[in-house]
Amino acid sequence: MLEYDLVVIGGGPAGLAAAYSAYQNGVTKILILERDDITGGILNQCIHNGFGLHYFKEELTGPEYAQRFEEMLKDTSVTIMTQTMVLEVTPEKQIFAVNQTEGYITICAKAIVFSMGCRERTRGAIAIPGDRPSGVFTAGTAQRYINIEGYMVGKRVVILGSGDIGLIMARRMKLEGAEVLAVVEIMPYSNGLNRNIVQCLNDYDIPLYLSHTVTEIRGKRRVEQIVVSQVDQDRMPISGTEIVFDCDTLLLSVGLIPENEISKTAKVTLDRRSNGAVVYDDMQTNIEGIFACGNVLHVHDLVDFVTEESMKAGKSAAQYILNQYRHSEQTVMVENGEKVSYTVPQKIDLAVGEPETDLFFRVNQVIHHGIITVLGEDQQVLFSKKKAHLLPAEMEKIHLKKEWLTKQRQITILIEE
Amino acid sequence: MYDVIIIGAGVCGAAVARELSKYQLKVLCLEKENDVANGTSKANSGIVHAGYDPKPGTLMAKYNVLGNQLIQQLAKDLDIPYRKSGSLVLAFDEQDMQTIKQLYQQGIENGVPELSLISKEEVKALEPNLTEEIKGALYAKSAGIISPWELAIAQFDNAVDNGVEVELEQQVVDIQKQEEYFTVITEHHGKTQQFQAAFIVNAAGVHTDTICAFISQPKFQIVPNKGQYFLLDKSQGDLVTRVIFQCPSKAGKGVLVAPTVHGNLIVGPDAVDIEDPEDVSTTAKQLAYIQRVASKTCDKIQYRESIRNFAGVRAQGLIDEFIIEAAPETDRFINVANIKSPGLTASPAIAIDVVKMMEKAGLRLIKKSNYLSTRSMIRFKELSPEEKQKIIQQDHRYGKVICRCETVTEGEIVAVIHAPVPATTLDAVKRRCQAGMGRCQGGFCSPRVLDILARERNVAPETICKDKAGSYILTEKTHKG
Repeated sequence: MLEYDLVVIGGGPAGLAAAYSAYQNGVTKILILERDDITGGILNQCIHNGFGLHYFKEELTGPEYAQRFEEMLKDTSVTIMTQTMVLEVTPEKQIFAVNQTEGYITICAKAIVFSMGCRERTRGAIAIPGDRPSGVFTAGTAQRYINIEGYMVGKRVVILGSGDIGLIMARRMKLEGAEVLAVVEIMPYSNGLNRNIVQCLNDYDIPLYLSHTVTEIRGKRRVEQIVVSQVDQDRMPISGTEIVFDCDTLLLSVGLIPENEISKTAKVTLDRRSNGAVVYDDMQTNIEGIFACGNVLHVHDLVDFVTEESMKAGKSAAQYILNQYRHSEQTVMVENGEKVSYTVPQKIDLAVGEPETDLFFRVNQVIHHGIITVLGEDQQVLFSKKKAHLLPAEMEKIHLKKEWLTKQRQITILIEE
Repeated sequence: MYDVIIIGAGVCGAAVARELSKYQLKVLCLEKENDVANGTSKANSGIVHAGYDPKPGTLMAKYNVLGNQLIQQLAKDLDIPYRKSGSLVLAFDEQDMQTIKQLYQQGIENGVPELSLISKEEVKALEPNLTEEIKGALYAKSAGIISPWELAIAQFDNAVDNGVEVELEQQVVDIQKQEEYFTVITEHHGKTQQFQAAFIVNAAGVHTDTICAFISQPKFQIVPNKGQYFLLDKSQGDLVTRVIFQCPSKAGKGVLVAPTVHGNLIVGPDAVDIEDPEDVSTTAKQLAYIQRVASKTCDKIQYRESIRNFAGVRAQGLIDEFIIEAAPETDRFINVANIKSPGLTASPAIAIDVVKMMEKAGLRLIKKSNYLSTRSMIRFKELSPEEKQKIIQQDHRYGKVICRCETVTEGEIVAVIHAPVPATTLDAVKRRCQAGMGRCQGGFCSPRVLDILARERNVAPETICKDKAGSYILTEKTHKG
């Protein structure tokens, strides 16, 4: 059996940052377990630029961003085990994994950071009717085929979903010579960053169909046609509005789901709204010594924010290992109020950790001239801040001083118009 | 010259092939698709029915009850995922209560063991997640769940191990009857080929009428009937532990809610007559209908956990009975037609009788001395830690997990690519070892499985298909690829 102070599960941007931060904060016996051949996670296939503007104050590609952290880790005592798949983690912090050289491995850890990332929602999850031919890919899978394997996946393409991955892939397919006939978005607004709409669609004259969705896939063997319909206010297709595209490929960029199957084996409590763990403001889950960060906790817009969150998780894990601190009874629960879809962290410990904390949340609709408001138990306003535009696609952040929350058991975050 | 040619590599063709492989015979199975079990056999509820549904005295009743018993042994011998889960038929009103009493009587007459009528309280004790509207239920302990395509694949693997030949992508375009034998004419990649055999078994599923028409005016007609399904993530897989039916109607056994042997939840099917026997499309309207009907059984199903919709076509005929008989013109051409539910359950029993019918018509059955009756597979995730360690030491490829959702290793994928009936497509790999069957539906593993397929088969990646011929995945190398 192997023994480590800290085991980080997942060697993507979250795991790399968490391990580095834990090392910086005094822990030396650290192991990163990565299932792929190399670390870096999804960044390896994100060969476009736009990464690092916040964290490194410069524009990097995905692989370059990952490389920065790999370089930082080189001079540390952090061990990286690649091609190693974790099968199970117990609440007692035992880890069972397999790889080709060591076989079946058992590892004991004083603390664990969960940084497994997320997966893409599929056709099945959104129940697109029609035939089931080849040529229907999630955007990330297509991206892997093109950027890593070096093969194109189609010649005439329709893309469902205008999130950033969908937009990036529209441009990528176009640059590789495919015709991108349409990017289709069920919402009346795009879910991508504004810069990506300009740089990936407008610059290449790719039409964006808002309030539309794919209502049928046709083709017995390979995709032959995609039927797109307009939707009403309730997002239901309006019959008679069908547009038929002759094409061979449909890319889906219809959302990401945190990969918490391992978290479940460790009996970590999950939040139905974020699809990730319920965490304290130090990123610790309900299981003592197990922390979570990055897209396994909630889906982030930018890798820079993943890094920031993971540095915090790594630091907390280090403090946990070195000081064996425990959470106090003075915990404030964060509730989602009107127009807020989820918040992270869900619990703030007033007695333990930093005197201040960031609170991340997403809104569930487009809001103009909103007031971000934090209410205490007696409906008193503890914090408020005006914001001109709030979009579901953009994660919001407020900074709270714990002293503002004294004596509260529960606070509610909501948006007033 | 073959002794027997089986047309169609579905679950009936598989059972006949395996049955014949016990004897010193030259047997060939011809299949128009690029894999076995690629039609009705892969797209159905995967239920081993108890046998109370068919009318007493019918072939359906006889083969169902016998098949139910045979499958239990078959699953053991051939390492097929199967569980004797039991089934419930729910009654929601007085009329339903009458129906389940009739089904009970019918079951007793058909010789179904372990059958009982139970109260609402007993139902709720067995299945706490069902709705409150239940009045009572028919409980059949002998019903089960099985991986339907693996039932066929395992039998073909075993039959091929015992000398049966399987030829894929062989579309039968004509059959000529000679004095002593038949000449079967096929199209294979655009070229015509011929095969001769003394006996023909027509197990062509939704195409049995077309195949039969080559030698005689068929007495039956297939009216393809489509059923659609939801397959849900394992998070929903333990909502029920038994197969839960509602009372049957003219349209069939109705919408069921059941666990699958792979740990998922299956909900469906509806039943709609269609014209094109190859039409397996799903529709928003029918999927909504299935959700509505199933909510009467269980209102706790989270459809946001759905991982796949699919549809299958029943090889239904105009009459409510299997047709297992020789063509009127010749007793050497056996039709296995109208195989709708409970066809999957009945298939091993049907095969035994089909072989007997050929024996009567002059097929000489001499037992093989070296007949291999078993077949097994390594399923990494089911191994104990010690077994996992051992297998990785023997072959390090078992230490590389390719499919993360289902924990399928490279070793298992390579094994099915080199199986007696080799997997040549992504879906063929999926059907044999579950790579790509999980919640991400191959999002992570399909590029890697494709890579392994191309490497092991020594072909270009662009030639690998998702499923049937023509379902290519990659178009060309990228500019810098």
